[in-house]
Amino acid sequence: MREITYAQAIKEAMCEEMRRDERVFLIGEDVGLYGGAFGVSVGMLEEFGEERVRDTPISEAAVIGAAVGAAVTGMRPVAEIMFSDFLTIGTDQLVNQAAKIRYMFGGKAKVPMVVRTPGGSGTGAAAQHSQSLEAWFCHIPGLKVVAPSTPADAKGLLKAAIRDDNPVVFFEQKLLYRKKGPVPQEDYVIPLGKADIKREGKDATIITYGRMVQACLKVAEDLAGQGIDIEVVDPRTLLPLDKGALISSAAKTGRVLIVHEAVQTGGIGGEIASVIAESEAFYYLDAPIKRLGGLDVPIPYCPELEKNVVPTEKTITEAVLKLFE
Amino acid sequence: MDLEKSKLQDMYLKMLHIRRFEEKVAHFFTLGKVHGTTHLYVGEEACAVGACSALEEKDYITSTHRGHGHCISKGIDLNRMMAELLGKETGYCKGKGGSMHIADLSRGNLGANGVVGGGQAIAVGAALTLRMKKSDQVVLCFFGDGASNAGSFHEALNLAAIWKLPVIFFCENNLYGMSMPVSKSMNVRDVAEKAAAYGIPGRVVDGNNVLEVYSAVLEAREYARSSGPILLEAKTYRWLGHSKSDANVYRTREEIADWKERCPIKSFRKYLEENGVFTASELDAIERQASSDIDKAVEFAEQSPYPSMDTVCDDVYA
Repeated sequence: MREITYAQAIKEAMCEEMRRDERVFLIGEDVGLYGGAFGVSVGMLEEFGEERVRDTPISEAAVIGAAVGAAVTGMRPVAEIMFSDFLTIGTDQLVNQAAKIRYMFGGKAKVPMVVRTPGGSGTGAAAQHSQSLEAWFCHIPGLKVVAPSTPADAKGLLKAAIRDDNPVVFFEQKLLYRKKGPVPQEDYVIPLGKADIKREGKDATIITYGRMVQACLKVAEDLAGQGIDIEVVDPRTLLPLDKGALISSAAKTGRVLIVHEAVQTGGIGGEIASVIAESEAFYYLDAPIKRLGGLDVPIPYCPELEKNVVPTEKTITEAVLKLFE
Repeated sequence: MDLEKSKLQDMYLKMLHIRRFEEKVAHFFTLGKVHGTTHLYVGEEACAVGACSALEEKDYITSTHRGHGHCISKGIDLNRMMAELLGKETGYCKGKGGSMHIADLSRGNLGANGVVGGGQAIAVGAALTLRMKKSDQVVLCFFGDGASNAGSFHEALNLAAIWKLPVIFFCENNLYGMSMPVSKSMNVRDVAEKAAAYGIPGRVVDGNNVLEVYSAVLEAREYARSSGPILLEAKTYRWLGHSKSDANVYRTREEIADWKERCPIKSFRKYLEENGVFTASELDAIERQASSDIDKAVEFAEQSPYPSMDTVCDDVYA
């Protein structure tokens, strides 16, 4: 299968959907001629024109708000927010408007829109351009939250998100944009709310998403040499969670580690741990469920500090081994 | 102005519907039948009725926390609206939205909004849809003087202006953002002056004169369709408090009494009578009809059941 980057896969998903459905359009800062701050939409302006690849001024609240208004009146906008940290500026529109409209209007409206936004550290951009804020939005009924870890998942999940009739927050990751992987050329969707077992194993389960999936798979390969067989499960969609898949993997292996880059306190790891602890899988556990998130600090600038405030292969390995103590 | 009699009758009836509706809601509040809070529109009826009467049915509006008048003016089923305020299953939002969230998409009403300034960008998005679908309809965005100081106002007007979208930004300046007088909340006299920052026209109209509002919006509608957004500011006054908790400590009785002298409904009645459009007895009949319509809405609402707890998780997702 041909290999393309995560960024190319996202662009391919948008282009395919825009060719398929004229209601779909891209709106955001510098998405046109510039091609997006991370180059995701390079070339789309030439194919679709200024009307459907719509550059905006620096107005995050109005970009998301205009997407809400367009969605309620029959379009299917994809809004790009240049860094997920800037979602804070448009949060009223996402949380108080997009997520609530259907419910508070008694089911008469729908809000089919996607907010695409890159998160995560590792680029030396420090505290205001490196956060992982996905858990915030998982606390909002009415939203869906997606965080793909591979190019193939990114394409299939984004196409599903664009076709979904609800507001979807689609967390991309800056460090994954240039990573390549096999991506089917044909039209396919990956249903939202469905986890994927990235590696099968029987001794312990690591539940992780986004860029941490690759690190966890590397750890799993290394530990296989020591006779420890790890299963790596990627929920892919964080809201709604594929609880069944997480619970059955936990019941199968009896040991669970949850890894994410977002700070540990209030992170989605706590929710996943609770889902498992409250389920029948609890009776199969051989060790307490363990979380490994980012340190509870803003992302620092200095490269050595930055690298070590989020889980690394070393700290993931240590955390896995603790499950066997 | 050369308006058909039936149109004038409809405008007068709607103004009365709003007044009677709000009086009933205020009464229910004191009885505890309506809970939570409501923001009543009494005194501002000429704004909503004048504006919406100049629109076509397919035109969109976005409304505000003080939205009852907008809903009634855009055309609504009074029964279902009253039922919503009483939290009933038959209400517009199945009892889940209440006073601040009534919407009727089938009549172009994109909904009231509990967040001050929350509807402005949504109006821009709706106008974007009209542009992309090559429709010749417009969006009228209601907001207050308070919202003109929110950041969303700037972003939305700027976006609409650079894209020349068909939006009528309709500011109901009732002189106070909750307790804050406009003289203290902004450093220009008129909200309409802010239009200059976006290179769009800004006009002030008498928000207590329904025909003046009507003709201003009619013109604005033509302008918006051909040239892009326009900012209208209707000067008006809310007679009652901001919400139920308001003790009116920030304004004088004399000021309120003075504005009540300029009642938009009384002055419209006077106009209709003096110009021989309707006789006094015809106008009385319209007034009786308005009261009777609201009584029927109350009866419908009171007889409707509350939603079952089984429905509480419905409609979170499409």
